[in-house]
Amino acid sequence: MIETGFLGLVHGFSVALEPHNLMWCFFGVFVGNMVGVLPGMGVLSTISILLPLTFSMHPVAALLMLSGIYYGAQYGGAICSILLNLPCHPPHAVTCLDGFPMTKQGRGGVALGITMLAAVIGAAFGIVQMIFMAPYIARIAFSFGPQEICSLMLLGLLAGATLAKGSPIKGIAMTLLGILLSLVGTDVNTGNERFTFGQLELSDGLELVTVSLGLFGIAEFLKSVNAVKPEGTTSVRLGFRDLRPSRSDLRQALPPVLRGTVIGSLCSLIPGTGPTIASFIAYAMEKKISKTPGRFGHGAIEGVAAPEASTHSAVQGDFIPTMSLGIPGDAVMALLLGALMIHGIQPGPRLIVEQPDIFWGLIASFWIGNLILVFLNVPMIGIWVKLLSVPYRYLYPTALFFVCIGVFAARNEMFDVGATLVFGAFGYLLLQLGFEPAPILLGFVLGPRLEENFRRSVLLSRGSLSTFIDRPISAVFLGLCVLLILAQVYTAARSKKPPIKIPEAAFD
Amino acid sequence: MTRFERHREHFAGLLVAAIGGSAIYEGAQYGIGSLTEMGSGFFPVMLGAGMILMGAIMALMRPAGPGHGTQAPNWRGAAAIVAAVALFVVLANRAGLAPATFACVFVGALGTRETRLAEAAMLGAVVTVFAIVLFRYGLQVQFPILRGVLQ
Repeated sequence: MIETGFLGLVHGFSVALEPHNLMWCFFGVFVGNMVGVLPGMGVLSTISILLPLTFSMHPVAALLMLSGIYYGAQYGGAICSILLNLPCHPPHAVTCLDGFPMTKQGRGGVALGITMLAAVIGAAFGIVQMIFMAPYIARIAFSFGPQEICSLMLLGLLAGATLAKGSPIKGIAMTLLGILLSLVGTDVNTGNERFTFGQLELSDGLELVTVSLGLFGIAEFLKSVNAVKPEGTTSVRLGFRDLRPSRSDLRQALPPVLRGTVIGSLCSLIPGTGPTIASFIAYAMEKKISKTPGRFGHGAIEGVAAPEASTHSAVQGDFIPTMSLGIPGDAVMALLLGALMIHGIQPGPRLIVEQPDIFWGLIASFWIGNLILVFLNVPMIGIWVKLLSVPYRYLYPTALFFVCIGVFAARNEMFDVGATLVFGAFGYLLLQLGFEPAPILLGFVLGPRLEENFRRSVLLSRGSLSTFIDRPISAVFLGLCVLLILAQVYTAARSKKPPIKIPEAAFD
Repeated sequence: MTRFERHREHFAGLLVAAIGGSAIYEGAQYGIGSLTEMGSGFFPVMLGAGMILMGAIMALMRPAGPGHGTQAPNWRGAAAIVAAVALFVVLANRAGLAPATFACVFVGALGTRETRLAEAAMLGAVVTVFAIVLFRYGLQVQFPILRGVLQ
């Protein structure tokens, strides 16, 4: 197993180091880092905007770039939290608690330096975990029939809907809505048109970018316009030298970094508990085991180190279920999976064997991308700090145009731009009603495969639903679903208070 | 606490149940079939039933406490954003990329009170130039720049 991992990695580097792929990887992490810093811009909307651009690209380059945006944004998001106390990036909201007090004490540079260190260690661990676990998980999943796939998807969707932010009931409702939206268009089994209401443009189904840019682009702009206040950053002056932590800082930060890394990698394996939850757990644990919990919230370096490390290791680990099983854990992964499907690549356990370029190339690009990010951040910190002051009122009109042209370019169809507007308005209504739109995307991407596998399994069993319980692996997955629901009911009945006070994320 | 906030969970449940109901109504017309021979409507009806269940639970639950993150809508901003996208849809094919881009950004930028007219126009012009260079010449998006004048 170690040997295949090593050989695969060598192959991956030969793919990722091709100038063409390297360039797109650089572009991805650069854009990611930038949107991480820009207040009011999210990863989801950026990936959606750039998604149509990748249709004409080679799938490997497309995936490297889109993933780069995701982990690149984590580097930028920390800057935002530590220097401005702005939780504009959900996984880094908890970093504000101790990062900003450090800035006020004039130690913001040290906090950022520790963040870089935590990022590199966390990411490296996450990548190694992926190298060894993903092929292994995929091999187990080779033997899965439609029943197992169906139950596993159900588990993934349920976890994604209930464990992430917000009310579990609403999460499930949104997932169902997402699956429903994915059914729009021609039914592949019978040729019937479903939910097209006579619109010719809908017979191929809704475009992924239409849904995601409506929900995460336009709806977000509707929510954030006039709500994002410009921030003065004139007081923050940082140079290359300020980032260097002292020896005692390092000694203090290293154990929390390692603990955070482990928490992040564990969280990443459970769908639905991505980097955001990992960072909160890591922070809460550091505070609990600390001998001086009173320092937390007043600039404790552990409170920066642990959540940042866990975020980065969870971000990399997030790719494991996505790449090995084809089951995305959150909306970003759903988008990446959707991007692969647009290129005609079937996600699932066979991906690693059939598309070694994609899997190993992606892993190699993680190493390269994280390295690039460190070099982008350490010397250029001053430039990123300046970007923090770009006012939102310039950003959103520009982004609006990119949404329009992006959706249009996906298949040269103006109808889609109008549909995006409808989704935007609808998404805004959902936000106002307290729904989280992210599970919609999960349902939307997994929906067609869920229906197909459900139909196939019931067809194989000649109409008996007990087939899902008769097969042991499938039964285990369904059992886990039941456990998950019971646990949710139990926690809902017991406590109402969240364990730590979270600075309300301004936009996410 | 406004009336909307007090009943927010009820509205949310109602909306979900209504969507579920329409899915069942529409799905039933595609043919539900049976487990042995599933019609196109089987899955939609199943989903619709699930949504009605979730909606019912939400509507019956105690309403959440105040201050749950909902802000009053900003009508000026919302109107500008909706108009900006609508203008792009209307203008892009009829008038071309340049006027559509300019109108989209210009009108969108007017959504905030701080942005003055000249500022919005400047932003619109900058993005338009950028759009022409990047999308028309760079990525070859199929649009005339200005219909009938400049391809």
